[in-house]
Amino acid sequence: MPIKILMPALSPTMTEGNLAKWHKKEGDAVESGDVIAEIETDKATMEVEAVEEGTLGKIVVPEGTADVAVNAVIALLLEEGEDASALDGADTSGGTAPAPAAEEAKPEPAASPAPAAAPAPTAAPAPKAAGERIFASPLAKRIASQEGLDLAAISGSGPKGRVVKRDVDGAIAAGTGKAAPAGAPSASAPPAAAAPTVDDPVFQNMPEYEAVANSSMRKIIASRLTASARDIPHFNVSADIEIDKLLAARKDLNGRDGADYKISVNDFVIKAVAVALRRCPDVNVSYTDDAILKFKKADVSVAVAIEGGLITPIIKDAGSLGLAAISAKAKELAGKARDGKLAPEEFQGGTFTISNLGMFGVKSFNSIINPPQGGILSVGAGEQRPVVKDGALSVATVMSLTLAVDHRCIDGATAAGFMKELKAILEDPISLLL
Amino acid sequence: MADTSFDILIIGGGPGGYVAAIRAAQLGFKTCVVEKQHLGGICLNWGCIPTKALLRSAEIYHYMKHADAYGLSAKDVSFDIEKVIGRSRGVSKQLNGGVGHLLKKNKVTVVDGTAKLKGGGKVGVTGTDGKPLADMSAKHIIVATGARPRALPGLEPDGKLVWTYFEALKPDIFPKKLLVIGSGAIGIEFASFYQTLGADVTVVEVMSQIMPVEDAEISGIARKQMEKSGLKIMTEAKVTKLAKGANDVTCTVETKDGKTQEIKVDRVISAVGVQGNIEDIGLENTKVKTDRGCIVIDGYGRTDEPGVYAIGDVAGPPMLAHKAEHEGVICVEKIKGLDGVHPMEKTQIPGCTYCHPQVASVGLTEAKAKEEGYKVKVGRFPFIGNGKAIALGEPDGMIKTVFDEKTGQLLGAHMVGAEVTELIQGFVIAMGLETTEEELMHTVFPHPTLSEMMHESVLDAYGRVIHM
Repeated sequence: MPIKILMPALSPTMTEGNLAKWHKKEGDAVESGDVIAEIETDKATMEVEAVEEGTLGKIVVPEGTADVAVNAVIALLLEEGEDASALDGADTSGGTAPAPAAEEAKPEPAASPAPAAAPAPTAAPAPKAAGERIFASPLAKRIASQEGLDLAAISGSGPKGRVVKRDVDGAIAAGTGKAAPAGAPSASAPPAAAAPTVDDPVFQNMPEYEAVANSSMRKIIASRLTASARDIPHFNVSADIEIDKLLAARKDLNGRDGADYKISVNDFVIKAVAVALRRCPDVNVSYTDDAILKFKKADVSVAVAIEGGLITPIIKDAGSLGLAAISAKAKELAGKARDGKLAPEEFQGGTFTISNLGMFGVKSFNSIINPPQGGILSVGAGEQRPVVKDGALSVATVMSLTLAVDHRCIDGATAAGFMKELKAILEDPISLLL
Repeated sequence: MADTSFDILIIGGGPGGYVAAIRAAQLGFKTCVVEKQHLGGICLNWGCIPTKALLRSAEIYHYMKHADAYGLSAKDVSFDIEKVIGRSRGVSKQLNGGVGHLLKKNKVTVVDGTAKLKGGGKVGVTGTDGKPLADMSAKHIIVATGARPRALPGLEPDGKLVWTYFEALKPDIFPKKLLVIGSGAIGIEFASFYQTLGADVTVVEVMSQIMPVEDAEISGIARKQMEKSGLKIMTEAKVTKLAKGANDVTCTVETKDGKTQEIKVDRVISAVGVQGNIEDIGLENTKVKTDRGCIVIDGYGRTDEPGVYAIGDVAGPPMLAHKAEHEGVICVEKIKGLDGVHPMEKTQIPGCTYCHPQVASVGLTEAKAKEEGYKVKVGRFPFIGNGKAIALGEPDGMIKTVFDEKTGQLLGAHMVGAEVTELIQGFVIAMGLETTEEELMHTVFPHPTLSEMMHESVLDAYGRVIHM
């Protein structure tokens, strides 16, 4: 029996990806650990490594195919002693057929992963994405649970994509829709956003346009942020920070002999946020329906704009790192992000996000929380502003910070307390030595 | 005639045709309806609506006769059949005009005439005066020609002594003695009407129960109540001969045991079903297939001829106005290519019969569910246990629910008693939304209403009934 090579799930939210490149041809020998293909996911381009050895018998999904469902069979591997005749009649049913590239701008319904014959390589075990409601009829839910099917893996044909009995019956008949094996991420359909479709008459009277098909990253951004804006009660707290001392410290540090680093204002902000989170652990939290999760470390996600979207690589336990280390790590991750080379663990799992648009000269802005995190800090430009001190007008370099938090787990006084702490650190950076 | 070219042309302006036309117009299609007689079709002019008007008169008459049960008195209660009929015709006329307005409002072209398919998207039309009009053409042609009463050999209606629903709706006399052949919705409603107004009515049904499509238990309860009020019912019996006199008919009825008896009546109503109007509409000029007197379609009304569709009675059973309307909408939306259009779920089409007592149902009967292999849970709740029913003076009847034991799917709901035709929709929605017994049990039903019996019936199926 040829071994099925399945489309791997490289992130918990990935339901489909693009098969960018095959590194092996049919007939090539494959050893465990060989890079056999490149998959473009919602966030990055990843290499797929072989977990078994043998001969690449058949490429089922050709290079350049878009929107290949997770767990679809992408190739068949012949084991030692098997020849090509073993491919005849080999079952390539693994998931739904891949959609032709760029056929539709709308998200395809979630694929139906079958139990994986081989473990999906490099798949990071992850809990089911929280808060992604699956619309299904009561009867569909009950039958799915009786049959051990995962509703998230069944595409709905009812109103607005609701999963109804005929869909579950169809999945049973087709033998698809089985709950994902333990430890593997479950593919779930992004909730249908109430956005117009391309052929909506509202566009008829508008100027000519070019329709740019939504990338998988765009779809993920759309679904996650729609869910966040809809389901998370956001509120904002702002503070102006005088950063003249910080700038002086930065100049001092960067100007030292033999400095092999160049610390940015943002590096200071990362460090300060991590320390402030450590001092205000009630802000380093995630809300769940059962409990508020208080994280024991502050892993700070930093929003990085990349071609076609953005991604949030993580400075892990940033509070324990020195500024030079933070600076180096931030640079490395930003570079990888722009090259699409981030590994899943490098952008999954942060506890708090910083988004800095200061370099564009904006004074202040609000961000949408990056779920399941509890807060996000928006950083504006540092600029000289008139300030009043002891009744006299003077000039200081001021930076506006705006915090958005999830009111379900962080209350006003808590958020304000965090901002006070953050302000104290940034206005007196030498206190970080304490 | 000004315009002869349309996106969608519909042959027949009954409930299927005119609803399809309005939906088509809403979707931006240039739409035309060709109707040979009445907008609103049989339903509105010779079926559902005028019979409801007659039955309302009978119902009020019945209440007046029983006024003392409510502490009221009404002396010398009588009726004028001419006026009763007149009211019924007036109701039809009003609604017929309403359909005309609706079509006009939606800018649907209405052509009075008889249409015939000529193939290739062409339709020939003959005006109501018998003169041919200019040929019309349309990208999509929907056949919605409906159905007409079926005639059994030897028992053919003659329009004088042997009536169809046409004559029964507009009788020349009020028959003192009446025999009704067939106990489907049409037969049993007319039997109920004439019997309530005082006629001596016998219903002859060939099957083992009246209203053969209904749940046997419900049918049995209805039969018992009808017989109690004086209706004579013969099941597993058939009329073998009609001997017509000058102003009467002697009917020979053969019962199951092979015995025959003769019943002399003033009039006979033949209500042995309806058959599709597939003749003289030019099907021979197309690839359209027919089966047992109806046009063969797929789930979206498409026939074997591209561009030709069929909906409603002519497209097969169940021959109900609401099925025709929904089929018309699905057909037009599929032509438009709208997302999320699915074939109709035929097991979720409700049926209502307005005899006294009323009967309403949706989904599978208990027997049918078992036949299909379901292990069922059945709930029953009688009217006698419901406060509102007692207050109304309507203690007879029952609501029955059938669930799939395994999944809790509501497979069917069956009702007999006062106002049940207005209740059934609650279960239709429940089935459509695919609720299980759990959601139904958690639903709050208003007190005091007859609808509480729906709740109780569900509770009973799971051993949790309160008021019994």
